[in-house]
Amino acid sequence: MHLSRRQLLSLLAALPLAPARAASPAYPLVRPRALSFPADHGAHPDHRIEWWYLTGWLEAPGVPEFGFQITFFQIRPGVAEANPSRFAPHHLIIAHAALAWPESKRLLHEARSARAGFGLVEARVGDCDVRLDRWRLWREGTAFRALIPAGEFELALNFGPTGAPLLHGDGGYSQKAPGAEHASQYVSLVQLPVSGSVQVGGRQLKVSGRAWFDHEWSSSLMHPQAAGWDWTGINLADGGALMLFRMRDQRGAALWHGGTLRSPNGLAQHFGPDEIVWQTLREWRSERSGVLWPVEQSVAFAGRRLRLLPLMDDQELDSRSSTGAIYWEGAVRAIEQGREMGRGYLELTGYDKALKL
Amino acid sequence: MRLLASLFLASLGRRRFATALSLLAVTLGVALGVAVSVVNRSALDEFSHGVRVIAGEADLQIIGPRTGFDEALFARVALAAGVDVASPVIEVDARLAGRNEALRIVGLDLLRSVRIQPALRPQLAEGTAQRDLFDPDLVFLSPAAMQALGLKPGDPLPLQIGLATVRLRVGGLAGGFDAGQRAALMDIAAAQWRLNQLGRLSRIDLRWAAGGDTPQAREALRQQLPPGVHLLAPAHREAQAEALSLAYRANLTMLAVIALATGAFLVFATQTLSVVRRESEFALMRALGVTQRQLLGGVLGEGALIGLLGGVAGVALGYLLAGFALKLLGGDLGAGYFAGSRPRLHLDWGASAAFLLLGFAASVLGSLWPALHAARAAIAPALRSGHNPAPPPIAVHHLGVIALLLAGAGLAYLPPVFGLPAGGYLAVACLLAAGVLSLPAVAHGLMRVLEPLPGLVFGLARARVAGASANAVIAAGGVLASVALAVSMAIMVASFRDSVDAWLARVLPADLYVRSSGGGAQGGLGLDAVARIAALPGIARMDTIRHEQLRLRAEGLPVALIARPIPAAGAGAVFPMREQRAVAGDAIWISEAMVDLYGWRPGTVVELPLGGALHRFVVGGVWRDYARQSGAILIDLARYRALTGDKLVNDVALWLKPGTADTALRAALRGAFGEQIEIGSAGEIRAISLALFDRTFAVTYALEACAVLIGLFGIAASFAALAAARRREFGMLRHIGVTRRQIGAMLAWEGALVAAIGVLSGLLTGAAISVVLIYVVNRQSFHWSMDYSVPAGSLAVFALAMIAAAAVAAFLAGAQAMRQNAVSAVREDA
Repeated sequence: MHLSRRQLLSLLAALPLAPARAASPAYPLVRPRALSFPADHGAHPDHRIEWWYLTGWLEAPGVPEFGFQITFFQIRPGVAEANPSRFAPHHLIIAHAALAWPESKRLLHEARSARAGFGLVEARVGDCDVRLDRWRLWREGTAFRALIPAGEFELALNFGPTGAPLLHGDGGYSQKAPGAEHASQYVSLVQLPVSGSVQVGGRQLKVSGRAWFDHEWSSSLMHPQAAGWDWTGINLADGGALMLFRMRDQRGAALWHGGTLRSPNGLAQHFGPDEIVWQTLREWRSERSGVLWPVEQSVAFAGRRLRLLPLMDDQELDSRSSTGAIYWEGAVRAIEQGREMGRGYLELTGYDKALKL
Repeated sequence: MRLLASLFLASLGRRRFATALSLLAVTLGVALGVAVSVVNRSALDEFSHGVRVIAGEADLQIIGPRTGFDEALFARVALAAGVDVASPVIEVDARLAGRNEALRIVGLDLLRSVRIQPALRPQLAEGTAQRDLFDPDLVFLSPAAMQALGLKPGDPLPLQIGLATVRLRVGGLAGGFDAGQRAALMDIAAAQWRLNQLGRLSRIDLRWAAGGDTPQAREALRQQLPPGVHLLAPAHREAQAEALSLAYRANLTMLAVIALATGAFLVFATQTLSVVRRESEFALMRALGVTQRQLLGGVLGEGALIGLLGGVAGVALGYLLAGFALKLLGGDLGAGYFAGSRPRLHLDWGASAAFLLLGFAASVLGSLWPALHAARAAIAPALRSGHNPAPPPIAVHHLGVIALLLAGAGLAYLPPVFGLPAGGYLAVACLLAAGVLSLPAVAHGLMRVLEPLPGLVFGLARARVAGASANAVIAAGGVLASVALAVSMAIMVASFRDSVDAWLARVLPADLYVRSSGGGAQGGLGLDAVARIAALPGIARMDTIRHEQLRLRAEGLPVALIARPIPAAGAGAVFPMREQRAVAGDAIWISEAMVDLYGWRPGTVVELPLGGALHRFVVGGVWRDYARQSGAILIDLARYRALTGDKLVNDVALWLKPGTADTALRAALRGAFGEQIEIGSAGEIRAISLALFDRTFAVTYALEACAVLIGLFGIAASFAALAAARRREFGMLRHIGVTRRQIGAMLAWEGALVAAIGVLSGLLTGAAISVVLIYVVNRQSFHWSMDYSVPAGSLAVFALAMIAAAAVAAFLAGAQAMRQNAVSAVREDA
């Protein structure tokens, strides 16, 4: 069950269409408030959806640089909440992990999903500790740790020490589309040093690198006019960090923009809907799905222009047969005036729908 | 060579009647064997496929008692070393409210089961959302269930769980079930909640990670399992189902083989008589240069042809019979092993080939002795005119008979082999052979006894039978085999039925029995319901009974546990004890099957897994049980409740106060519980049980009838063959003034006398075989004992009817010969 983050929201959006016999629970809406850590690294189980999302670039002796992505979702489906069974699906945890492994010329990926319960599957309240059977992401001291025995590959990574959290929007209150109800609490930890081991292709690699960590929770659904979403998070080479996103409507035009630039000295600059421009530089058509992905993007903000150049073109995740979800989520380099200025991840969703139109 | 073949073929064609009878006998024997095997194969395949569908790609299943086990085990095994996926499962046979029908509901954690049973999942109907998969009110039906119940998505589906009605709805179809499988899917949490299973699991399906299946991993997993919960491979469950019906199948197959043996005897009889009649013909062929070998091959070839044709026809007929039986009786032929299954016909190549071969072999073997006789016959005397062919005298083998009887007795004492009474079957074969070998003696003795009886025609017939004793013995042989089979089965069934009847009277002492309609482990009555029953007027005494199933060994079938109050007078007051002894400490009482299967005896100290822990008990007695061939244990209800905390009861036995009408209490019960309970009087339950018993044996009656029919064919065939050879004799008799009617009467008497020889031997042999069936075959196959009881009246009627039928058969068969006029018959002599 592979899902991109925003796509999950659009799937959840289908829920109100379900017969309204079981009244949906009152999901709390996010509103501006002071976040406190480590408590807010932990889960917010009353909300409809929450995710912990790690991406980054890794290097190891003897292999080309490669990207990784680890995501844990917690969903409150709001069904059968009165069921006293310990198996009752009060919360679902979905996790997936992918390696942008240049040797295979495509993503290696694996996913798990399960209902929370029995201590096997849970997202702890009070501090970050999310587990799904043998997959686990948790905080330990000043660092985060992830154990992902995914079968085809196995990750055992340390992230940290962490710096101060980067709070997007208004102190972590981040608007995603027109209307105050379309917002989330959104916190990032950026420039995370990575160490640990990756087992892939029969090799055990000692790796190091740099990661980006998003933690976001919300009760709102995808905006009814939204058709797709582009996101990027870049650890800049100067020690700064850049996050930009765009919500697109059915015609492909921007419905909303947002972004944050943190300078190396820690000062954050927030961008509103009118301050960012995305432009497609190059498209790549997937032979598997036939979808045309705008894999090379130019993003303009605050008088600067960055070219996002993918590590490889094929970083598509296609699971339409099982969940109907297909998206592109890959490692990218950020180029400014011909020089590499940083590295991070780019997420592209909703392009298969555009194809149908 | 071709000429030779055509000569033998022409011979078969000339005696069409006898050939057809032989063919029919082989056909019937083969057909019965094939039908029994095919029906069972079909039922087993259906069951196995059902198990496989539900098990998916699971490598192992964790299975416990019928009421399941604590769900906490799931957390302990889910992350055990080597385990890739653990999928918890709830299985409930829920009764459909307002219908006398149960539906198997499988509760799955779909997010986990999809990795073991990917096909087994609900198909969401149009306009429903993904989260409907978790809706606690929705049930997803297999296509077969949807069709059989006449439901469509959105329809209400009320279930009766215990005394409560749970209102669910049909959410849509469930994919992945077998075409004929009636079952339904639910979310596991919904199933736990709505089907009253909170905290319980029926099963955990496991799949190993690559390389995870090591002896250490298995052992570590086993360490986690509470007592009474076992680790099983799905294939093992199939094998258990096979084992459960194996004994029943083996017994039916044995009957088919006896029918086939009777057929072989018939081939023997007709071939012998035909060979004797063709002695001159064969001698001429030998004189013309046909070798002994060719003659031998020719007669054997006749038998082989009959065997082949009969075998092929038998296989076809067997499938026809099997299809009919499956439609009419179900996959267990009415015996109750695969309740509710209506399997489709499956091909059983192995059994088809085996019985085809057996039919062929029976026919060839039946022809062997006649063929040897034909080949070895002296040429010169047979060529002489006026040669009166007669079968060679049959020697009386007293020593052989004694040796066979001794061997049979010895074999009967052998222990079972792989759960089958192999020694018993061989003993039956020895007794049958002894019966056949002692036929000449019986014939001789019987004719001596009948000598003083008056009557000219009778005297002629008696003299003829006594004089041509070889002929008589051969014809009587077929009768013996079939009568022995029928008599032994009749005695066994009668003994069984009488014992069951007496047993039912003992285990059903109360006036009325109440059971909640929602059957199964969770469908019991709670304490409050029991209290409500107790408060009704007119009840003198009541007993509550709880039924559970335990798994004592991973490889064994579940053992029934019956918890009921044990009175101070001892367990013998409530159950029919065969053996009892006073014991100190907690006592249990076991059925005879437990003695055979587990080796427990009175005084044995055993440990039972109750309430997730092992508890020590002493066996206080052994009781007779006809209901559960895999074993049953009786325990005191209070003790059971203290150890398990299980307060439900399945049955309530009620004794009426004097002067209270049965109908008044029934009305009061109906008033209090409506249709949520089933009420039965001891008499009603007994009648239902005996009807079930009779249905179980319906198939064996059919087999017996076939065998008897084949035996009668033997008489008819022998007399038809002899009649032609005796034309001269008849002509002579007519010449000296014997009327045609008198010849007919003589033939009828001869038939009756020959049948009497066979019937008398058959009665004796059958009685001996029935002893083996009752004390060895049944005990070892089904682990139940019974009291010997002979249905003398029915047997007497059967014996007389058999003799009368033989008389008619002989008369009819000889009718053709009698049509010849006396003049031509005598002229032939000249």
